[in-house]
Amino acid sequence: MKVLITEYLRINLDTEKWECRRCGHVHGSARDNYKRGLLVYDRDPREVHKPLLDTRLYERTYSPDPTWCRILEYYCPQCGTLVEAEYLPPGHPPLHDIELDIDALKLQWKDRKEVTEPAIGPDLALEKARNNRALHAGHGHGHKH
Amino acid sequence: MNDKISNEEKILLDKFLADNQLFLGPDPEIMRNHSLSTRSKAEDEILKKGLDPHHVHHVRGLINAALSEAFQMVNQMGAAPGAKWGDLVTGIYTAQGDLAMIAPHGIIAFAACCFYPIRFIIKNWMNDPTVGVKDGDGFIHNDARYGGIHNTDQSMMMPLYYKGELVCWLSSTIHEGENGACEPGGMPAAAESKYDEGTKMSPFKVVENFQLKRDLVTFLQNSVRDPKLQLEDMKVKLHAVIRLRERITAILDQFGREALIGTLRSHLEDTETEMRRRIRELPDGTTRVLQFMDSSLRENAMQKIACAITVKGDRLIMDFRGSAPQFLNRSVNTNIASFKAALCTGLLQNIWPDLPHTMAVLSPIEIITDRNSIMDAEGEMPQAMSLMPLFKACVVWTIPMNKLSYSVPHRYSAVIASQYDQAATFIYGGLTQHGDVTGNFCGDINGNGQGARSNADGEHSVSPVFGFMADSGEHEINEEDTPIIRLGAQRLAKDRIGWGKYRAGMGYEQIATARGSALWGFMTGCEGSKFPSAQGLFGGYSCPSYQLLKIKGINIFEELKKNPKVVEVFDIVDLMNKRPIPGGQYSSNDMGMTFEVCNEGEIYMICQGSGGGYGDVLERDPALVMKDLEEDLMSHENARDIYKVVYDEKTLVVDEAATRKLRDQYRKERIKRGKPFDQFCKKWVTKEPPAHIPYFGSWDNGKEVYATTMGQRVKMSSDQLQGAFMLNPKDLRIMQLEGELAQTKSQLESCRKKPGAAKTVSRRKK
Repeated sequence: MKVLITEYLRINLDTEKWECRRCGHVHGSARDNYKRGLLVYDRDPREVHKPLLDTRLYERTYSPDPTWCRILEYYCPQCGTLVEAEYLPPGHPPLHDIELDIDALKLQWKDRKEVTEPAIGPDLALEKARNNRALHAGHGHGHKH
Repeated sequence: MNDKISNEEKILLDKFLADNQLFLGPDPEIMRNHSLSTRSKAEDEILKKGLDPHHVHHVRGLINAALSEAFQMVNQMGAAPGAKWGDLVTGIYTAQGDLAMIAPHGIIAFAACCFYPIRFIIKNWMNDPTVGVKDGDGFIHNDARYGGIHNTDQSMMMPLYYKGELVCWLSSTIHEGENGACEPGGMPAAAESKYDEGTKMSPFKVVENFQLKRDLVTFLQNSVRDPKLQLEDMKVKLHAVIRLRERITAILDQFGREALIGTLRSHLEDTETEMRRRIRELPDGTTRVLQFMDSSLRENAMQKIACAITVKGDRLIMDFRGSAPQFLNRSVNTNIASFKAALCTGLLQNIWPDLPHTMAVLSPIEIITDRNSIMDAEGEMPQAMSLMPLFKACVVWTIPMNKLSYSVPHRYSAVIASQYDQAATFIYGGLTQHGDVTGNFCGDINGNGQGARSNADGEHSVSPVFGFMADSGEHEINEEDTPIIRLGAQRLAKDRIGWGKYRAGMGYEQIATARGSALWGFMTGCEGSKFPSAQGLFGGYSCPSYQLLKIKGINIFEELKKNPKVVEVFDIVDLMNKRPIPGGQYSSNDMGMTFEVCNEGEIYMICQGSGGGYGDVLERDPALVMKDLEEDLMSHENARDIYKVVYDEKTLVVDEAATRKLRDQYRKERIKRGKPFDQFCKKWVTKEPPAHIPYFGSWDNGKEVYATTMGQRVKMSSDQLQGAFMLNPKDLRIMQLEGELAQTKSQLESCRKKPGAAKTVSRRKK
């Protein structure tokens, strides 16, 4: 039984291991931080959010300040998928972001059917926003937009 | 003193203290409790007797319709920009003051705050012979320390008596804006103490016999820059609440008190039960997120918000310990009650939008904070720009909850990365072209880009981070009322995108100036100029940083008269890089700006922002990349560098095989440059925050919190937090310039003392 945890991670309940959802690479014990099974790279944020203003004219250019912000990119060591992009101040300890109770998870999935592709939920917030836009646009102007 | 007193003496002492309380300030007993009250006797009797669910459903529908009608009234008649564009709510509360329902299109947080002042009124004024509560009374309030999001929001609260019995409370709240603070518009980033925040209304009676008390209205008008607005919107809220009262009374007449009281209470209890059921569906465990706010709106200061969400059975605990401490003299603090109201909003906006909009969604959630932290600040702390931590609270759920809920077989709503979470709008003040004094904000605050979804790109400029329904406004109306002229508006901010397999919804550019005013000015209150604010999900990138751009020292109207083609297109990047307006002083600044005078024709430019992206950029369908190019949302440089797509620039035809090859090659590059986590951490992790960053919050240990106070870094125990005192940025600048001047003088002096120096200088001059 494998439980989907993120777009790129799953937990194999039988082996109690984190696995890559793209290539099946085993990242390590599900009771441990999955990041320990990944590769990390300290990326200059200006490579991802390129300066849009002329750097000769301005200090602030829409790029994050690389002395305040770095992007830690976590890659699957086998397929190179970008599993997480963690924005941190330089030197800040990476976050242990997912720490599940594996025994409880096993119990919870005892009677559940395995899910291989995640369900897609309706975007209710967007629906509400659209409904209200339609409501707003529908009166007071005498013409349709 | 003899501390052994009898029970009788203790009762007497307690009564004496209660009777002689010198100041009825915000009451911790009320303000720290976000849970439902226990059932009242009447509620218990009615629910024990049992209610017909169809009956309840019918009554609920009628209440909903009544709330909706009252909402529309305020929306259509309200004078404040906030009312016009939807920053308002109407709500109904139980007799004990628990928020039961809001209009289906209201701002949840506003109502989630009103139960605090109602509880205050019940506790303090109901039995006070000098105040009292009776049919036809109405109470006003705006100070967030007594409940509320921030002091720009004013509420009208009215008890509903039916056949002599108090059966429920009704309310209407608008983001009014102007409140007489030290800066116009009601959100003064310059406030250094609570006494700079303008009018601070504790809940008081302003309506008797369904009529506004003119003496008190005049007092309030006299305290703000926009007296006409103050009067008009007090009337609007009152009459909306009176209409709501009529509708609810009609429901009572038709269905009886038991149906109404029972429906309100069962609605709350059912919602809480459903919340617990959904929490039980989540896996047990803890997920965490860190948010960083890079500005106090007066200077760059890195403030950490640490959040750990723990689920155990049907308990959900949000732990914010280790976050930044409060500021003694900066306005970006919030109190815990407002923070919880924003959490409630975020949950309903981002996680479970299908749940009823009641305070019961938050009721089963346990919230832990460090006292005197930025989200649990003391009452004396300034909190006029509490929006900064509050907007973070709205989106704090998105990352950790998606990590908790992704496994759940049934999904109630889409998986969405963080929405852009800044108040990216112009706040303004001054004299209008009609000669009136005013101060407020533009509706662009409501145009935040949506985060990307797990199956689709985010929607552009979809809504405010705190509500589904508000609109970003019509500039023509704003231009009729104020001297603001939009030179550019609603143009999507090209290349400013949260990248990912699915990209975020984008924000739009706002280019504004003033015309026809003797005195006008703007302020902006956003962070995220150094450290991006909206976070990506599952490998998606955050939004970029955003700046405030200015072109000062010119009058664009004069320039356009001289040469109508002086500006080819009002596009921020184009204007700043090409500098087409002769003599302009072009500058790129932090998005936090205190009030500044804008002379006629000077240009101020900001953007609404993008949300966070979803997933690995290399998985983005090349066809979607081409679509973004077709729509001019991004440049070819980013299509190639970020998404690694090979295509023909002229035809936008993708070379699928070459793209696959390039992406495979790039994945190998990643593997080559990445380091194993433990090895990486040995080099990466530092013992303390970098010395050059004024850092606020924990680092590697949640129990130790750093701050920079009076210019010095300090470390505190998280359970004994002290507020940070910030130096005046202008004093610092003067100190820096004086230092430079002294250094230059001493260099000059030493040059003069050198033998032959005078000759050298005179030779050089030649």
